[in-house]
Amino acid sequence: MQREPDRGLTHVEAGTLTPGGGRSSLERSSLRRLPDRLLKWGLTALAAAILALIVYFFVRLADESSAAFSRFGVFGFTFDDNWDVSKNIYGALPLLVGTLITSVIALVIGVPIAVATALYLNELCPRRARGVLTTLVELLAAVPSVVYGLWGVFFLIPRLKPVEQWLSDTFSFLPFVGGPVAGPSYFIAGLILAIMILPIVSAISREVIATVPVEQKEAALALGATRWEMIRIAILPHARAGITGAAMLGLGRAIGETIAVTLVIGNAPTIGKQLFDQGYSLAAVIANEFGEAAATPIHRSALIAAGLVLFVLTLLINGGARAFVIRGERRRGQA
Amino acid sequence: MDLSSTEDRSGKRAATQIPAAPAAAGSSPLAAAAGAAARTSSHEVTTPAPQVNVEGLRSWYGEQQAVRGVDLRFAANAVTAIIGPSGCGKSTLLRCINRMHEEIPGARAEGRVTLDGLDVYAKESDVVAVRRAIGMVFQKPNPFPTMSIFDNVAAGLKLTGTRGVDLRDRVEQALRGAGLWEEVKDRLGRQGIGLSGGQQQRLCIARAIAVEPRVVLMDEPCSALDPIATLRIEELIGELRANYTIVIVTHNMQQAARVADTTAFMLAGELIEHTATEQLFTNPADERTEQYVTGKFG
Repeated sequence: MQREPDRGLTHVEAGTLTPGGGRSSLERSSLRRLPDRLLKWGLTALAAAILALIVYFFVRLADESSAAFSRFGVFGFTFDDNWDVSKNIYGALPLLVGTLITSVIALVIGVPIAVATALYLNELCPRRARGVLTTLVELLAAVPSVVYGLWGVFFLIPRLKPVEQWLSDTFSFLPFVGGPVAGPSYFIAGLILAIMILPIVSAISREVIATVPVEQKEAALALGATRWEMIRIAILPHARAGITGAAMLGLGRAIGETIAVTLVIGNAPTIGKQLFDQGYSLAAVIANEFGEAAATPIHRSALIAAGLVLFVLTLLINGGARAFVIRGERRRGQA
Repeated sequence: MDLSSTEDRSGKRAATQIPAAPAAAGSSPLAAAAGAAARTSSHEVTTPAPQVNVEGLRSWYGEQQAVRGVDLRFAANAVTAIIGPSGCGKSTLLRCINRMHEEIPGARAEGRVTLDGLDVYAKESDVVAVRRAIGMVFQKPNPFPTMSIFDNVAAGLKLTGTRGVDLRDRVEQALRGAGLWEEVKDRLGRQGIGLSGGQQQRLCIARAIAVEPRVVLMDEPCSALDPIATLRIEELIGELRANYTIVIVTHNMQQAARVADTTAFMLAGELIEHTATEQLFTNPADERTEQYVTGKFG
């Protein structure tokens, strides 16, 4: 009974949708749909090209470094504490350790400052000053890294030496602190790196903090929270995953940074006993030794192997950061 | 909290059950509800709360004036509703009472707001202390998403310092006061945003009253809730006036008729009329009030 009028209705509508007997007005010619398809295929090709490039890098690095790896073994090359160019013995542990120490110092110093900067810019700073200050912080990213390195060599190292010596003497009860201070050192390299990662960590933190809903902030303030308490109970829990992601991006930058570190780390292929000792990093060794290595195939291969280690390290850290951020988001999503 | 005055609550339930009947032409459609809600004067007071006075309040967002000189008295241990069309300044007025207004960039306010004579805007008044004394419930339920139910309620308490305070006890009291205890007592460790919208709003009320404020401000607390959840909150508001002075901003005239002892009508940043709820809805003094409550505009 109900069906009859229904059918009549659909009939009428089908008629109105097909003007003049040609195509239904719900169709479109394939020519007009072409741009959409082109866009889709074009973008897919570009994305695939990026992937292919990374795979190509990896394969080339693996190929070029195979000589070093087969001579010293993958494990032996990566974790042997012996980098002796004159004897053609290459164990990259001092470089690996140098890279990790300087990067960790950079994070420990840089991330709190970057997050504090972001909080200040978003929550406390007068609105008129905000634009100028934001630009200034981001300008730090525009300074070429060689300039940071030179500034480290000619300004930071001589001026900070007494401070470092004082720190070294005062906190000698801590592990990895104490003893005479070398000019260039892990600490100076970490400090320079901290300044270099500040803009990116701060910019991403700022974006994340800006997404904290105003209702959350008002909820805290209406309870009688001070500004700091509001930041602690409403902003930081909300932004924690994002800030971690920002720190990891900063870490990626710190690990790969080459020229500034080369200038201030001291380029000693040994594992320093303490924070203020000289050392070396994976990136720095490649930059420094590549010229002389052209003549010695095994040396060249070892440097490329160092590059591969650096590449894998960065991949691991980025992957770890991604997993951490996703897990944080999922945990929040579950609730 | 003392769940006193059962007569009072049943009276209110009767009021809420009466639909806002379309009354005879000419009289207010809210007359029936307002009439039934006439239980204003008789309710028990467990904790005396302060009277809130607003004098000559003006406020701006940048160049735009939102409140144009309002004088209002919010009686102690009573529910005062503020109604009016969107943009009439009622929410702004509410936010000026606990100085949340000044959190909005470019916003400012002038005038006096007093709590039993103490000026909220006085130089020696601290904004943090003001907000501890005057709690607030927002339009959208806003529990802290990363915190458990327990921690949400305890959040304000932890700010004021928990020395000598039995946190569990205070949290239970607050949840009971907000009529939520029975529903959540077995899952205090779960996250607050796992609750339904109405429960979340009662959680926010529990969070607000856990710090034992004297006054509770509510900014359209039911506008994001369904009718059943709204009813629960309205019952709760009736109970809360035993301990607090309550100011509620609402878009919903029936709601004002159901919960409020007195109702203020605002229009374009000015106070038009403030009187007993029943009178405002049945026999308003001002023509504009009558037009608004009979649905001629707004």
